[in-house]
Amino acid sequence: MRFERRDHPSRALTIAAPIGAVLAALIVAGLLIAIAGANPIRAYGLILKGAFGSRLGISETLTRTTPLILTGLAAAVAFRARLWNIGGEGQFYLGALAVAAFGMIPAIGALPAPLAILLCLIAGAVVGMILLLVPLGLRLKFGVDEVVTTLLLNFVAVLFVSLMIEGAMKDPLAFGWPQSVPVPEAAELPKLLARSRLHAGLLIALVMAVVVWWLQSRTVFGMRSRAAGLNPRAAAFAGVPLGRTLIAVACLSGGLAGLAGAIEVMGVKGYVTTDLSPNYGYSGIVIAMLANLNPIGVIAAALFSAVMFVGADSMSRALSIPSYIADVTVAMSLLTMLVAIFLAQYRIRR
Amino acid sequence: MTRVLELDSITKRFGHVTANEDVSLHLDRGEIVALLGENGAGKTTLMSILFGHYTADEGTVRVEGAELPPGKSRAAIRAGVGMVHQHFALAPNLTVLENVLTGTEPLWKFRSNRAAGRAKLVELSRKFGLKVDPDARVSDLSVGECQRVEILKALYNDARILILDEPTAVLTAQEADSLFATLRQMTENGLSLIFISHKLHEVMSASDRVVVLRRGRVVAERRTAETSKEELAELMVGRKVQRPERPPATPGKVLLEGVDLALGGKGGASLHGVSFRLRAGETLGIIGVSGNGQTTLAGLVSGLYPPDSGTLLIDGQEVPRHDVPHAIAAGIGRIPEDRNAEGTIGDMATWENAVLERIWSEDFSARGVVKRAAARAATEEIIKGYDVRGASVDGRIRLLSGGNMQKLILGRVLNAGPSILVAAQPSRGLDEGAIAGVHERLLEARGRGAGVLLISEDLDEVIALSDRIRAIVNGRLSPAIPAERADARLLGLMMAGDWTAAEAIEAEDAHAL
Repeated sequence: MRFERRDHPSRALTIAAPIGAVLAALIVAGLLIAIAGANPIRAYGLILKGAFGSRLGISETLTRTTPLILTGLAAAVAFRARLWNIGGEGQFYLGALAVAAFGMIPAIGALPAPLAILLCLIAGAVVGMILLLVPLGLRLKFGVDEVVTTLLLNFVAVLFVSLMIEGAMKDPLAFGWPQSVPVPEAAELPKLLARSRLHAGLLIALVMAVVVWWLQSRTVFGMRSRAAGLNPRAAAFAGVPLGRTLIAVACLSGGLAGLAGAIEVMGVKGYVTTDLSPNYGYSGIVIAMLANLNPIGVIAAALFSAVMFVGADSMSRALSIPSYIADVTVAMSLLTMLVAIFLAQYRIRR
Repeated sequence: MTRVLELDSITKRFGHVTANEDVSLHLDRGEIVALLGENGAGKTTLMSILFGHYTADEGTVRVEGAELPPGKSRAAIRAGVGMVHQHFALAPNLTVLENVLTGTEPLWKFRSNRAAGRAKLVELSRKFGLKVDPDARVSDLSVGECQRVEILKALYNDARILILDEPTAVLTAQEADSLFATLRQMTENGLSLIFISHKLHEVMSASDRVVVLRRGRVVAERRTAETSKEELAELMVGRKVQRPERPPATPGKVLLEGVDLALGGKGGASLHGVSFRLRAGETLGIIGVSGNGQTTLAGLVSGLYPPDSGTLLIDGQEVPRHDVPHAIAAGIGRIPEDRNAEGTIGDMATWENAVLERIWSEDFSARGVVKRAAARAATEEIIKGYDVRGASVDGRIRLLSGGNMQKLILGRVLNAGPSILVAAQPSRGLDEGAIAGVHERLLEARGRGAGVLLISEDLDEVIALSDRIRAIVNGRLSPAIPAERADARLLGLMMAGDWTAAEAIEAEDAHAL
């Protein structure tokens, strides 16, 4: 048996592959549910009901989707250019912390809301950028592998957050809980639905997905960043400025992850804690791969992931099956997706 | 003579493409057979069947009278067939000895018997004159040495029949000569060889017998002594091919001038005090053994990096910035040495490859947004105008054959109307028909007044296309001789660094003017 590369992967196949992958993952996870003693079909029904069955469910699912879209985009743009940004988690946290720190400046709180929001978003994005530019600089200058540096910087970032919220930025009114001073009211994102947690960040995330798609497929920057990722030597021969292109990619990627953190703190929580992110940064990597690095696909992958997590909570309450099944399903779908991408590009011959 | 190998009416189809049809072939002991054919004639497929990589749809393979089971490489190895692939299958991080031993010992043996392996390797290396250090790391070896390791690997497995797939594709002329000398010596030790090639001169000089394949069929078989290059070329291509003739030059003003250029390290060998002039309407050929600085010189003129010292003048003006967009904007067209690694990005679309190097120009982008319609139209024009077969505007470029890829590169370069053309190894790895096409285009560019800087290791090509020829040796340029005075001996001396004869000719030539 051997594999041959397909000349032209058909469009139908590229769309069918991820759907097939998700179905396969659901079947495998279904076996685990059955082993745990429940009816898989009923379990999946409950997951869907939990995620979409009520106003609360829908708003929770979409709230959860928002940061995942942004961290997914952050990973997707970087991976397209073969810049392995594993540091989304750290960029997320420092983006969030930047907003809280920025909010401590009295003048910010006194600004009109739209301006305060804009400035805080920019602050989060810029800090995310900086946190990725450092490892990129090390790579360009000394050839240091950014997988290692970005990954390890995550721990540095989270510990730094912890240092700040128990020290200089600790909220004096939080009864001793380790949390940062709250974001000023002017910088809070407006709600999309009254009496829910759903906020305008979702719109920002959707707009960013379209913007990233446009940048990648329609601009000189997008073409150059793909060229730099696929064949750096040929790209250099064609005059693509490799360093500058990667710096731009890093700004976009780190900026998106930082923006995710900023939006989460401005839209949902209002202050920074060390459990602000249930691994949103790392999930972004999975989501980007699930979406085959396609920015529009990231929206679907983020939604799928959010549905599983939100739905699994209520399913687990009803059937007393551990909600870890959501983790298993998402992780499994990444594996099946990798197989599906492979099969979409290669055909099997005997 | 004993017959050691016999392929009997082999047919192989891939889908509805027939790669081999009713091919029969035999090999006698101590013989060198050349399998000649253009790219895509089915040579490699045939050898892969012999070696068990593919299973033939019809036909049989017999080694020393015994039929080989189809599709089993291991059986072929055991029967004494060794294959040296065009692209080496060596692990760069292991030593020569480790590479040779890999696969020869059972997997669950606790430790490998290195002493015995080394003794055998050294003995083989001595017997066949394949000099190589068993403890050298493969990543430190030159291409020629890697090839020797590949051959040794086959011999280590007691191969009595050796198949070499385009063994000279990656070698310099000198390395190729020494390889063929070694092969000849090996036949005296009882080995039998088949080598695949599309180069006529090496087939003529190295083989005993030639089998010509065209479109998957054997079209002819000749004793090498009883045939000629011309006949083989015609048999291989199926029609008479003639490389175009070079009309007399009408050199104009100096378009490109290098003054005392020096550059260390970048892109391979260094340059030391290189000065040259290239006039409008002439071709300056630069010959040399690879690794003497020609890649560096091409990269420098192409705008890949600036010189450490010295100046480069285009049209009498000093180049202000050494980068690719400036070079292209100043009228330099660049044909890269390596189509796959440097000239194209395999997984990007044909249209993207066609416009990437000029994406900054207002023809193809405005305010950072790609003008897709214009870019695709320009690509369509190249595909039509340069007869790029098998290409579609949106298809990935990796699907093109070498010749068609080169046509696309020529198209994207020439359609920009360059006044200076830097062509590095423009016909490397192409078949006879494609080479003629490339030469025609280069002469056409010269004919309309462009200056062509031709950097090539193929002496026939340089003599045919150039008006003046210089050699590059250790990063220095030899005196220039007019192409009319060039012959193999003089060029050989020039490439070896003996420039007395060339100096005399240059002085004489300057005097005559």
